Order: sequence, then C-alpha cells, then structure tokens
Amino acid sequence: MLSGGADFRTRLQNWLPKIVLAPSFAVMVLFVYGFIAFTVYLSFTGSRMLPSFDLVGFQNYERLFRVRQWDTAIVNLGVFAGLYIVISTIIGLFLAIFLDMKIRGEGLLRPIFLYPMALSFIVTGTAWKWILDPAIGLEVTVQRWGWETFQFDWIKDSDMAIYTIVIAAVWQSSGFVMAMFLAGLRGIDNEILKAAQMDGASTFQMYRRIILPQLRPAFLSAFVILSHLAIKSYDLVVAMTDGGPGTSTWLPALFMYEYTFTRNQMGIGAASAVIMLMTIAAIMVPYLYAELREKN
Amino acid sequence: MSIASNDTVIRSSKVTRTFMYLVLVLFALFYLMPLFIMVVNSLKPLDEITSGGMISLPHNWTIEPWLSAWSTAQIGVSPTGLRPYFINSIAMAVPAVAISTIAGALNGYVLTKWHFRGATWVFGLLLFSCFIPFQIVLIPMARVLGLLNISGTTYGLILVHVVYGVGFSTLYFRNYYAAFPTELVRAAQIDGAGFFQIFWRIMLPSSGPIIAVCCIWQFTNIWNDFLFGASFASGGAAPMTVALNNLVNSSTGVREYNVHFAGAIMAAAPTLLVYIVAGRYFVRGLMAGSVKG
Repeated sequence: MLSGGADFRTRLQNWLPKIVLAPSFAVMVLFVYGFIAFTVYLSFTGSRMLPSFDLVGFQNYERLFRVRQWDTAIVNLGVFAGLYIVISTIIGLFLAIFLDMKIRGEGLLRPIFLYPMALSFIVTGTAWKWILDPAIGLEVTVQRWGWETFQFDWIKDSDMAIYTIVIAAVWQSSGFVMAMFLAGLRGIDNEILKAAQMDGASTFQMYRRIILPQLRPAFLSAFVILSHLAIKSYDLVVAMTDGGPGTSTWLPALFMYEYTFTRNQMGIGAASAVIMLMTIAAIMVPYLYAELREKN
Repeated sequence: MSIASNDTVIRSSKVTRTFMYLVLVLFALFYLMPLFIMVVNSLKPLDEITSGGMISLPHNWTIEPWLSAWSTAQIGVSPTGLRPYFINSIAMAVPAVAISTIAGALNGYVLTKWHFRGATWVFGLLLFSCFIPFQIVLIPMARVLGLLNISGTTYGLILVHVVYGVGFSTLYFRNYYAAFPTELVRAAQIDGAGFFQIFWRIMLPSSGPIIAVCCIWQFTNIWNDFLFGASFASGGAAPMTVALNNLVNSSTGVREYNVHFAGAIMAAAPTLLVYIVAGRYFVRGLMAGSVKG
C-alpha cells in the first residue's frame, strides 16, 4: 500500500513539470495559433460586419489588391520602413561609435538617448503632432525667430505627411539601436585592434575591416527588430495623423483596423492581417530558427 | 610607445573629438526637445501657445492645464479628466504583470530544468508568438471576449495582456535559468526536494534581477499598449493611452494644447519613472527582447 502511495507521488512528480507548463501551452495553442487559423479562415469567407462561414475562395485577396487604400498602405510601408530602418541604424551606429570613444558624460548622454523607448507611441505621437503642426509648432516658432519665410507643414501635406511619421519613429527607436551597437562594440576584443594598429592600419581601415564586420549580429538584430516594429506600426500613425490628410499616411496595420471595425469589411481586413503576418513571419522565422539552433 | 592600457585603441584628434561632442550634444537636445516642449507648454495658459511661442518658457506659470487634464477635461462624452482612465490602466497593468511574470517564471523553470521531448518546439512556438502582428488575433479575440462576457472591461484587457505577455516573460526566465547551474537542482532532487520545493527554495531566491527585468518590461508594454485597449475597451473602461488619444483627437471645441501636453506627461509618467529608477533593468529587458543569446 505504502509503495503504491510512493509510486503515485513519484509519478506525480514526473508529471508535475508538464502540468505546470500545460496552461501556458494551452493558452498559446488556442489564443495564438488557433486565432491565427481562425483569421486565416475568415480571410476566405464573405464576412462583413460579423464573421460568416461561407467560403468565397481568394476573392478577398483579389479585392484587397485592387483597393486603392491598400496600395497606399503598401507603398507607405515601403517608404516608412525603408527610411525608418536605414536612418535609425545610421544614427544608432554613429552615436554608439562616438559614445564608445571614452566620451566624458557618457553616463548622462546614454539614458537621454534611450528614454524615448520607455514612452508609448501615443505620447510620442501627441508630442510630435503639435510640434510639427504649422499653426503652433516649429514653423511659427522659427518664423518668430525672424526667418519669416520658413515653412515646414509636412504633416498637413498629403505627399509629405508619411515622412513626419518617420521623424517621430526615428526619435523613438534610434537610441535603442545605439544601445545594441554599443553592446556590440564593447564586446570587441581590444587586442585585435592593437595588433592591427601596430601593423599600421588607419582608424578608417580598422572600422571597415575589423569593427563593422564584428558588429554583424547587432546589424541583423537591429534590422529584425526595426522591421518588425515598422510592420506593426499603428499607434504612432493614429496619434499623429490618424491616417490623414485623407488616407495619405495609411499603413497596413491601420488598413486592417479600418476595414475590419469601421468599414465592416471583415473578410478583407482578415486578408490584410494574414499578409502582415506572412511578412513578419518571413523575417522572424529564419531569425528565430537560427538563434535557437545556435544555442542547442 | 605609450604604456599599454585597456583604454580604447582608437585615438582621435582634437578636431574630431570636438565634432563628436557637438554631434552627441545636438542629438541629446533632439531627444530631449519633445519632453521639454511637453513640460513647458503644460505649464502655460493656452493663449501663450496659440500666439506662437512653443519653445519659450511660460510668462505666467500655471498648473491649471494639469488640473484640467486630471479631473475635468472632456474625454469622449463626459468631462471626467484622465483620472478614471489612469486608474483603469493601473487596475489592468498590475494584475497582468503579476500573472504573466509568475507564469513566465514557472515556464522558464520547467523548460530549462525538466527536459522533456518537444521542449524546444514548445519554446519556439512561444517565442514566435511574441512577434506576431496582433492584428492577426483581433477578430477572434473580440469574439472570445464577447463569449466570456468580459468584452469592454478591464478584466478582458487583463486576460489579453496575460495571454500575449506570457511568451516574453517565458523567454526572459528561460534564458536566465538556462545559465543557472543544473547541478544544484540535481543535488536538491537527490536530497528529496520536490518540483515546487526546488523552485521556491533554490530558483526563486536567485531570480531577483530577472524578476525586475520581466516586471519592468511587461509593465512598460502593457501600460503603453494602444491597439488592444482601443479594440476591446472603449468608453469608461478604456486605458490611459486610449483616453489620451481621445482627448487629443476630439474634434469638438477649442484645442487645448496645454491640457493635451499635461495629459501626455501623465500617460508617460509611470513608465518614465520606472525608467529613471530602474533604467539598468529596462535596458536589459530591451536587449533580451532583441538578442536572444
């Protein structure tokens, strides 16, 4: 009898880890992968305001790519993501290189560069919305300083408004890229640099041949994180321009929300969400796979 | 030759150094400007802003905009100020952070110290779930919240944030516990310690730093979320970010920029405070979210 009890206890101990993990696993399977499957299914149905389950084939995808706003959203994403990634990376890299040169006041500068990352995109968007508003912000201020012909009304200009989103987004994330590069730079072995210097390498050569190649993982992480943030961007646009003027600052995330919840085109909204997921998966899956494999 | 030091090898001329300082200071000003503008303009009467002096200090200092933003500003339909929404956000973030951190700690412990077949797969699936665009789950989530009858409530948002926060918290604890000596766990097991005893007595006491990282990161994410708040909790249950956006983008009446700035600072204050007090852990959380090493 006693041994039977002990047996049960041992068996329970063996099962316990799995039992503890089970709720998270179940939640993940249902709320992440189950929901993904549901949205994918909806994207093949004629759902409008409410989900419906009648399949219509690829109709939503065909319509999606004929809708003008989706075109706008895709082109905007290209412009936004491209500029956002490139500018943030350049600024982050240079700030990191400069900070790494035994700069006095590094302890003060670093947190200043990084604090925007702690703020929400809604706060950031609100601040930049009014700073860039020609009626009260930068434009009037500079005009009052005496430069009376100064003009900066991009946020009201449907051709330029998307670039103001880039400004705010770069402000938000470039400090984070700086931190990633700084960590990379601090990890480089000084002995190699000393040896190169004895061989007569110039500073420029050392950066080009030794330092930048060693920062490759940091470049890769920065690219993955920034592109992931760019594809998901929603709050910042809502707070700054709410997609306007007109639909000129629509991004796919905004498109999905508008079509699903405001325009009652759930099928098309679901299709756009599926395309967003596939875009992110194309970047994240290989990256995560490589990271996990390296470790095992 | 100079004495060898662990000083940085790259040397720079005086001109380059001056240039570097100049660039660094200019960027510091660029990063600080929005915060400066928010603070300065939240302490001005409205006419000082509309007459075109966003950069200048207030002539007449006033805390009126702060009082208005906090307790009387029109948010949506009623003039309640941001206070109830601030409370909503606290009521949402605190339980969500606590639950997702506890779940993450247990999951990380199981995934690193109790190997079973398929553990890598489970972790891989969890990891990927951190990076999905949440648009892909919005429609079914709205349905499920409706079925559970917690649609449009703080409880609904707590559920949502726990569900989509567990991936990240598991990632943190898993990476932290992976470096924890497994021999200690084995030894305790031989001494007859059970699953939970090992967790309580051996793992948790050394988990302080990672608990801090996880709580800070989850809190920042949940507090700053807008998409879920806007989708699942409209009206009186809305969190702070949604209320701030309603305040700023409401089309009726005079645009009270000073009130908007005061509200923006209120929405930023908790995460900013966390960053100032525990910046080290915040940065570690950021980095752990990017470099999974």
